[in-house]
Amino acid sequence: MKILEKLKKSTQKIIGPVADTVSKYAKKVITPVVNLYKKLNKPTKKLIRTETVILALFAVVSVMESSGNLTSLMKGLLVPVCAYSLVAVGLNLCVGYLGELSLGHAGFMCVGAFTSALFSRTFQDVIPDVPRFIIALVLGTAVAALFGFLIAIPVLRLSGDYLAIVTLAFGEIIKNVINVLYVGKDSKGLHFSMKDQMSLNMDLDGMMLINGPQGITGTPRQSTFLIAVLLLMLALIVTHNFVHSRTGRAVMAIRDNQIAAETVGLPVTKYKLVAFTLSAAIAGVGGVLYAHNINSLTATTNNFGYNMSIMILVYVVLGGIGNFSGSVIAAVVLTMLPELLRGLSTYRMLIYSIVLIGLMLFNWAPGILKWREAHGLNATAIIGRFKKKEVQ
Amino acid sequence: MKKKALSLVLSAAMMTSLFVGCGNGSAGSSESVDTSGELTWRIGGIGPITGGAAQYGQGVMNAIQLAVDEVNEAGGINGYQISFNFQDDEADQQKSVNAYNTLKDWGMQILEGTVTSGAGQAVAAETYADRMFMLTPSASSPDVINGHDNVYQVCFSDPNQGAVSADYIADNKLATKVGVIYDSSDPYSSGVYQTFATEAKAKGLDIVASEAFTADSKTDFTTQLQKCKDAGADLLFLPFYYTEGSIVLTQANQMGYKPTMFGVDGFDGLLTVENFDAKLAEGVYLLTPFAADSQDEATKKFVSAYEEKFGGTPNQFAADAYDGIYILKEALEAANLTPEASNEEICDALIAGLQKVNYNGLTGEGMTWNEKGEVSKAPKAVVIKDGAYASVD
Repeated sequence: MKILEKLKKSTQKIIGPVADTVSKYAKKVITPVVNLYKKLNKPTKKLIRTETVILALFAVVSVMESSGNLTSLMKGLLVPVCAYSLVAVGLNLCVGYLGELSLGHAGFMCVGAFTSALFSRTFQDVIPDVPRFIIALVLGTAVAALFGFLIAIPVLRLSGDYLAIVTLAFGEIIKNVINVLYVGKDSKGLHFSMKDQMSLNMDLDGMMLINGPQGITGTPRQSTFLIAVLLLMLALIVTHNFVHSRTGRAVMAIRDNQIAAETVGLPVTKYKLVAFTLSAAIAGVGGVLYAHNINSLTATTNNFGYNMSIMILVYVVLGGIGNFSGSVIAAVVLTMLPELLRGLSTYRMLIYSIVLIGLMLFNWAPGILKWREAHGLNATAIIGRFKKKEVQ
Repeated sequence: MKKKALSLVLSAAMMTSLFVGCGNGSAGSSESVDTSGELTWRIGGIGPITGGAAQYGQGVMNAIQLAVDEVNEAGGINGYQISFNFQDDEADQQKSVNAYNTLKDWGMQILEGTVTSGAGQAVAAETYADRMFMLTPSASSPDVINGHDNVYQVCFSDPNQGAVSADYIADNKLATKVGVIYDSSDPYSSGVYQTFATEAKAKGLDIVASEAFTADSKTDFTTQLQKCKDAGADLLFLPFYYTEGSIVLTQANQMGYKPTMFGVDGFDGLLTVENFDAKLAEGVYLLTPFAADSQDEATKKFVSAYEEKFGGTPNQFAADAYDGIYILKEALEAANLTPEASNEEICDALIAGLQKVNYNGLTGEGMTWNEKGEVSKAPKAVVIKDGAYASVD
């Protein structure tokens, strides 16, 4: 014990002055920051907390990666996880704030993915890497937004179940159209066909860009975890600002009571269009990331069809409708889960589904929510407990 | 207190579950570093064992397991046993890359996969970057091997099949008016169709109808058949798998439409489809490197061992996969390698080694490989006669 005390004293002697100066400066810097933070309104505080958590996780993962502690599986999952999170955030804007259930968001992701991959592939040898990726990103987002806009014009005349079904159909149309699209490039320029590869009439040295159901092969791999995290953080800021802007409040007013909103004089169609387009654009960003992370891109039911659309909806519902950070967490957990369950071999998809049911019940079943509150197991109670300790 | 204890237990459970997840991976990679006594060849496999294409993945997994068990019983490769790990990819690219990464964490040295072409393209790019040798039993698209010097195929490639079929039909004057039905959502089916159409044009065959279907609508082919019938096609070229093949044959029969039917290697297995009247398959041409009811010694041994262990008749995917292990064995023995070698060393040695291999297996005699990774074996046409395959030559 004595040795320990001595050690403590001596370390205090050495560290003491250093710590004092550090804390002095830290106080100077941190206090105004903390004060500034305290002055912010509640949703902004939440946004900053989410962004800080993402940054912290990014830092931890980066350190683990550079020190070789990250498994290949995890390394491979980093970018897809961010891509799915982005699409979930996009859909949450639509479901949570516009109040419309869209089952076609995988379609917008698909548009973003294929547009950007097609661009990158076409200009692979013409434009250097960095500007090409930036243009591909912008282009993918813009075209996804355009599709969102075009689809929204007929779709938003409907509401509720009808709208959900029509978006589902549009998602499938996008997937199926891409599956019959043949695009090739040779010395004479670009060739298009909706029939098959032969009707392109290309030179022998020609290069297939989109080969129908075989999709795009050889997309340069440019999505990095850094880019993915930055885009995710940006998307969270954009959605946050949108939701709390004048337009966002109008969108929510329309969601809560369309007739009342119309009576006040809000241009309902315009606001709905804006929200739906933004939602599609964010899904498109996810698609761009996804496409530039994999060598071969095809549009199948599992990655861009209704299966994926429903999966994204599951992320949103599990994370909490209208809760953006929740969507991110749900997307991360549910993408990682089947991969971490690989040890269970053939039973893993069964177990995954059971875990999913369990998580849904734990998160949202009214009875369980009541039980959690009674036993102090909800988020506020847990955070509250930590706060108490800090005071003591 | 009770609440605190409960929350403590819950959070502890969460943490352990997290670490268990991480632990699996790190334990796997540490094993491969451990060189004391238990050093083994680590061969990984990837394919769909759940989802729509599960039957192909299952066959490949079982056949590799069978071959690995046999090789291990006979003393392994260069005196070292093989450990085999097969991961599910649901025939999806992203899942396939995840499966590949899982195998890498396990310490895989050679990959025998993937089963499907789409997934193969994505994984080939990864193995190429990592310098991991990849031998695919059944991913037949040329895009899997193009530009990847480390990827080799056991099956013959799609262009090969399409061209051979067109040549055969033209040379034997089976028909002049050809109708094609193909699965446009499947790289294998549309790949074969594309080369078939190109070669058919060169050979002067007239493709009067080419009708597509997709994976979402493969239970009813009456529309496609009707169109082919109306166009007057006297031969139908059907480049897809036998399950759909049996439906096409049944429905054509119901319509009273009797053209010559010509399938490719996917039709192998047609005679084993349940509730399918095998009489309808009489006179159907198909290409196959492997026939489960073939009478040679090696095939009989393989089929009976497979049936005994897993039940069901193995198809050509399984036969290709079974051959794959023995091909690797031959190349590794020729290169005199041990599992102590790094992935890069094994990869380089096998790239050079496989081009020197001359292998007699279930799916072909005297198989050799060129530097692109293509196998030399030629698809052979057979015709179904009295419920069995008969050589047409």
